[in-house]
Amino acid sequence: MSIIVKRATRRFGDFTALDEVSVEIPSGSLTALLGPSGSGKSTLLRVVAGLERPDAGTVEIDGRDATTLPPQRRGVGFVFQHYAAFKHMTVRENVAFGLKVRRRPKAEVRRRVDELLELVQLPGLADRYPSQLSGGQRQRMALARALAVEPSVLLLDEPFGALDARVRKELRAWLRRLHDDVHVTTVFVTHDQEEAMEVADRIVVMNHGRVEQVGGPRDLYEHPSNAFVMGFVGPVTRMGDSFIRPHDVELRLEPNGTTSEAMIERLVHLGFEVRVDLVLQDGQRLLAQVSREDAEQLELHQGQIIFARPSRVRVFSN
Amino acid sequence: MRNRGKYLLRTLALGYLAAVLLVPVGAVVWRAFGDGAGAVWQAITAPDAVHAFWLSLLIAAIAVPLNTLFGVICAVVLVRHRFPGRRFLDAVIDLPFAISPVVIGLALILVYGQAGWLGSWLAERGIQVIFSLPGMVMATVFVSLPYVVREVVPVLREVGTDQEEAAWTLGAGSLKAFLLVTLPSIRWGVAYGVVLTTARALGEFGAVTIVSGRLAGQTETLTLYVENRFEAFDLTGAYAASLTLAALALLVLLAMTRLQRKEGH
Repeated sequence: MSIIVKRATRRFGDFTALDEVSVEIPSGSLTALLGPSGSGKSTLLRVVAGLERPDAGTVEIDGRDATTLPPQRRGVGFVFQHYAAFKHMTVRENVAFGLKVRRRPKAEVRRRVDELLELVQLPGLADRYPSQLSGGQRQRMALARALAVEPSVLLLDEPFGALDARVRKELRAWLRRLHDDVHVTTVFVTHDQEEAMEVADRIVVMNHGRVEQVGGPRDLYEHPSNAFVMGFVGPVTRMGDSFIRPHDVELRLEPNGTTSEAMIERLVHLGFEVRVDLVLQDGQRLLAQVSREDAEQLELHQGQIIFARPSRVRVFSN
Repeated sequence: MRNRGKYLLRTLALGYLAAVLLVPVGAVVWRAFGDGAGAVWQAITAPDAVHAFWLSLLIAAIAVPLNTLFGVICAVVLVRHRFPGRRFLDAVIDLPFAISPVVIGLALILVYGQAGWLGSWLAERGIQVIFSLPGMVMATVFVSLPYVVREVVPVLREVGTDQEEAAWTLGAGSLKAFLLVTLPSIRWGVAYGVVLTTARALGEFGAVTIVSGRLAGQTETLTLYVENRFEAFDLTGAYAASLTLAALALLVLLAMTRLQRKEGH
């Protein structure tokens, strides 16, 4: 079920959260809205859900104009950063809420809730209250609750933002697998480029209420359309008008005419890779990344003088 | 040294309570039974006393639900809506805290009395507000208005809008989302507000004394009856009626502590 947003604008007082944003989300895809805080990504998600009305522009869900539809009638499932669990209801009652509101027969509700709890790996916790669950469990309950009404699109607003790093990693992989099973068109908001790259098959990069670029994870990394995207989807060093990725910096022990002399300010061992913080003679800093073998071969150490050459740079016209 | 400070503080707190609250209330109980239990029973069951008792309960039974309903609505408007004049509304709700009840009573007479702006219009249609039940209810509603609002506003703010929005996306309409999701999360705030409103409504004297006309057996509430007996030198009657008031207050207090205990866990 595709989503098409056309020229959506939303202002909060003087602040423009969305500035004529147009974006298309294909049916069945898993899309990330990626951007720094204040980029408008959450507002865009809330506009799609109907929780926020755009000042201008339209929202189409599944070929139907939904711009003026209330959230109740959009067929969207929404998952909040802080779970929005109904605290006075058990896990079962939480998941059953949407079905009960729709007055489905009791036996059907029961069966469906059991199925969903199985799907989100929470069977046996049906009679607990949200306060008795961990953050990760609460979020999975919230997901089951959103999926219960068989939404045509699933929207998640920073769904893992309130969880600790380990649980976050687990749930990312799990969301990916869930999407492969359920195939519902899914859009999630994140400010974490790694999360977006790992989970999504399409990424919409946003900044200052505008869409900067749309593409697959690899596409964005290899062919960023501007300096912002380049800097946001991965580490980067700027030298004049050029942008250099750390793994595109070549290190040598001897100069060869095209290299610049640099001093190793700091070495950071990150398992398989080694990050090298360099300072060039003119004081310019440069970030390099080499494999552990290369680091050993060059006998890299702090304070060492070395010769660096960017093997690949990018220049953007604006 | 530390311990001494601790005991000093406790003695101070309890001593203050005893001097200001416990001793006078205890004295009322003691004095009421001065002529024996039979006399107390006779005084409590006197027709005017019984009438006053029920009238007090009736007024509370009308004023409390009204203020609960509008209190919750006001709280929702104050917390969830942004509109010009919101701060003004916020301030106006506290007016009954600030204005003396006597002034409130006089204001009601100005508007609804025989010569008042609305009073004459209503009188032509056979509706008497002042010196009858509607006026007394109005006075009580006025003085007990802020309690539910003030209890519910902070709870509502803390609960936030996430749960309600989640309910919307799951298909619940605004009213359903409010009743099924928001109301249960603010229920202790509402309950606490109801208890305070009830206590205030039962104890109201100043405004009601002005608008009621104080007709014994007709527009005399329990508090008015106490004063009436006192002025008539019927001390046993006054203290016995005070006793029923105190008993009602005690019931309300008990309800309140029960709620606090539930809230705490």
